[in-house]
Amino acid sequence: MRSRWVNKATALHLGVIAVLFALQFVLPDYHHVNLARVMVLASFAMGYNIAFGYTGLLSLGHAMFFAAGLYAAGLMALFAGVGAGGGLLLGVIAGLVVAAAVGCLALRTTGVSFMIVTLMFAQAAFLATFYFGEYTRGDEGFVIPSNLRSLFGLSLVEPTTRYFVALTLFSLCMAVSFAIARSSMGRVLAAIRENEERTRMLGYNVFLYKLVALVISGAISGAVGAAYGMLFGYVGATFASIQYSILPLLWVLMGGAATVLGPFVGTLLMFYLVDISSGFTSANMLIVGLALIGLILFFPKGILGTLRERAAPWLP
Amino acid sequence: MAAVTLLSTENLSKQFGGLTAVDGVSFTFLEGEIRALIGPNGAGKTTFVNLLSGRIPPTTGRVVFAGEDVTRLPAHTRVNRGIAYTFQITSTFAGMSALENVKLSAQRRLSTGFFGPNPDLLERVALSALDRVGLADRQDEIAGNLSYGHQRLLEVAMGLGLDPKLLILDEPTQGLSDEEIAVFVKLVREIARNASVLLIEHNMDVVMGLADTITVLDRGRILAEGTPEEIRRNDAVRRAYLGN
Repeated sequence: MRSRWVNKATALHLGVIAVLFALQFVLPDYHHVNLARVMVLASFAMGYNIAFGYTGLLSLGHAMFFAAGLYAAGLMALFAGVGAGGGLLLGVIAGLVVAAAVGCLALRTTGVSFMIVTLMFAQAAFLATFYFGEYTRGDEGFVIPSNLRSLFGLSLVEPTTRYFVALTLFSLCMAVSFAIARSSMGRVLAAIRENEERTRMLGYNVFLYKLVALVISGAISGAVGAAYGMLFGYVGATFASIQYSILPLLWVLMGGAATVLGPFVGTLLMFYLVDISSGFTSANMLIVGLALIGLILFFPKGILGTLRERAAPWLP
Repeated sequence: MAAVTLLSTENLSKQFGGLTAVDGVSFTFLEGEIRALIGPNGAGKTTFVNLLSGRIPPTTGRVVFAGEDVTRLPAHTRVNRGIAYTFQITSTFAGMSALENVKLSAQRRLSTGFFGPNPDLLERVALSALDRVGLADRQDEIAGNLSYGHQRLLEVAMGLGLDPKLLILDEPTQGLSDEEIAVFVKLVREIARNASVLLIEHNMDVVMGLADTITVLDRGRILAEGTPEEIRRNDAVRRAYLGN
């Protein structure tokens, strides 16, 4: 019975990737670009979900991990002529190193204190992008030269390549989430989320597990930041602002925390909610707000989280 | 019974601000015994076992387990050395099934390398621990939905999943019915064939029926130590604890 569930879940996730792959041939240009962007942002949300959803670490500092990757790739492209491949690798390393350093300090706290300490670090990183404005050009940001935005000889300015790279990144992040959710490590992370002291008294080094989860989450965020810069060509301080820490939290909550596909569902929904409502009125955030209230009323655990609880317990 | 010392403390103390909860306790615990720790409320029993399990650090003194000084080891390392602690207030993973709860306790020990344990082996070990406490037929029930008595048994099964050398039970029969207590007493006897048991307990029938040796704590110090018969006849204990 358990193994049949695994197969069902595997089939669903492979199916989602297959549908996304097929969509690029039928979507009009406008939605084609949008969906590529949604897949990249959803990858960020999936990274966030590993810390917040699976481990229960409510971080308000993920903009810092995203920006670490974004600036690592962007600045190295601008000043050292590093291309997309090197940029992505640098993004992973930057996210990983920053998450490890911040994690070692911030994980000494829990709950609300953890939230505030991560926010504090992220704000310091945000301000640092202004402090080093000579290189980063602060708010205004800079554009990555399009000749450097290519991977294996394929230009990322080209929409088809861009879509394909976004889909690959998305699939990789999904595979990592899926593997963690199903692994024995995932079981320990869930235990930490439920009852940290009990987990410690079962012989687990809780601090180390939380640090590993945060580092994986940070490395993914950094990779996505680098990919975002390389795919869309722009690097700016907005991406280090608190908005980019809150957005993944919102996306994950909407789609369902601690579900593999929830971050994607949440990102997609939020993106098109803003996109469509802004076509009708300039007060579109009012519509978004009302939709969010509706969601909380009817899907208190997010769309997939509530679905799992009521109808599909096999969802990872 | 082999007279090998499994655990000992030397001059162990814990102060909380101005309050000395445990005051210079030197204690010896032999391998294979069932030891009951009794004493009036506030005697320092729970603080004392917390010092043994490493949940809190001592102010002064040493804890030696299986021949090694573990005073400075963090709690999770002590668990891995073989000191298992079951909580006074039931503390299971309420959102997970009973089987998942026990799997969590056995998983770390059975892991060989990065990818965790063999799932079939883990399932077998977890099921056998559930079976020993009589919960095998409830393996798929969510822990939070189990009755109080069954949650206490699940706690014990999680302790067994750790395969400990020393199992510390903190007031295990509190809140259980007489029938449940009878099951529990039988279970502890069965466990004691493979592990040593240190029991904090208020129910005197359970203490007198189970323990090989009883240690009486009062105001953070050891007041008396001996067989159930000796403790029953001890005047100081009667005055401090049993009334009279």
